[in-house]
Amino acid sequence: MRLQISTRLAIFAVLELTAREGLQLSVAEIGRKYGVSSHHLAKVMHVLGRAGLVRSVRGVGGGYQFIGNPRRTTLLDVAQLFEDLSSVEPANGDGPSEEQTLSEVLGEIDDVAHATLGSITIATMRKLVERRRVGEGRRPKPASRRPQSIAEI
Amino acid sequence: MKETKTTASSAVRVRRVRAADIPQVIALDARVTKLAKAGYWNDIFRRYGRQRSEERFFLVAESRVDRSAAALLGFIIGEVRAWEFGSTPCGWVFALSVEPKMRLHGVGSALFEAISDEFRKAGVDKMRTMVARDGHLPMLFFRGEGMIAGPYIQLEKDLD
Repeated sequence: MRLQISTRLAIFAVLELTAREGLQLSVAEIGRKYGVSSHHLAKVMHVLGRAGLVRSVRGVGGGYQFIGNPRRTTLLDVAQLFEDLSSVEPANGDGPSEEQTLSEVLGEIDDVAHATLGSITIATMRKLVERRRVGEGRRPKPASRRPQSIAEI
Repeated sequence: MKETKTTASSAVRVRRVRAADIPQVIALDARVTKLAKAGYWNDIFRRYGRQRSEERFFLVAESRVDRSAAALLGFIIGEVRAWEFGSTPCGWVFALSVEPKMRLHGVGSALFEAISDEFRKAGVDKMRTMVARDGHLPMLFFRGEGMIAGPYIQLEKDLD
């Protein structure tokens, strides 16, 4: 499954903002880490703000703050703000059986994707990120370069 | 396993099931599933509460604070399964229930940690379970405990 760049950015931004309770980060700070422009990220943050997941804090040291509940907000909640994740329309019952069978198979894939995204909360993602970070700290670093832009992630 | 053990959640004590717990297990399950299955639970107790205790674990959670109430807060059941479908031995959890009004108080996590410890002691390093895709609450719980999709896919067929 491929998610749009805006969706991935939104998930990354929310993960950054929930690294510590009450953390505020500017779009420039988040954008630097993922190699994206502040302009693109600002649009993403605007959508997250409209959904009540983040708020902008003005003034010196301002930025964005996560105001949702990390234990209740799932990846599906974030992803649905940016893309249509509705299931494949069931085939018309009058159509050829090939069409209906393919529709069932695609529906199965959609169901699994929905269930996966809908069962992983931001809090769970943070745990997974931390676990990976700890695991990577124990392993010798591979000789790979850091991604230069969001398109490479 | 020691008769009782303290878990990460300090208000919850997890221990092996006793015969006297079974009426509460039956009642809790009936409240949650809306199905009374006394025969099933008595059979599960006979098989998982009394036999092969080194690889079968029927654990219950109770309050450490209010022991006078003697209320069962939840239970978890699992066993070490070996070589099914080519799997190396792993811990398999097939039942978990928490008193609805005690959810989000660490009872499920305490039970999960306790059975994880038992599986580790039994020598397995992988734990598995099966959850309905639309079972939002158990999916969130098991994911929150760090479980991820495994290499097996559950398949089924209508028997016409």
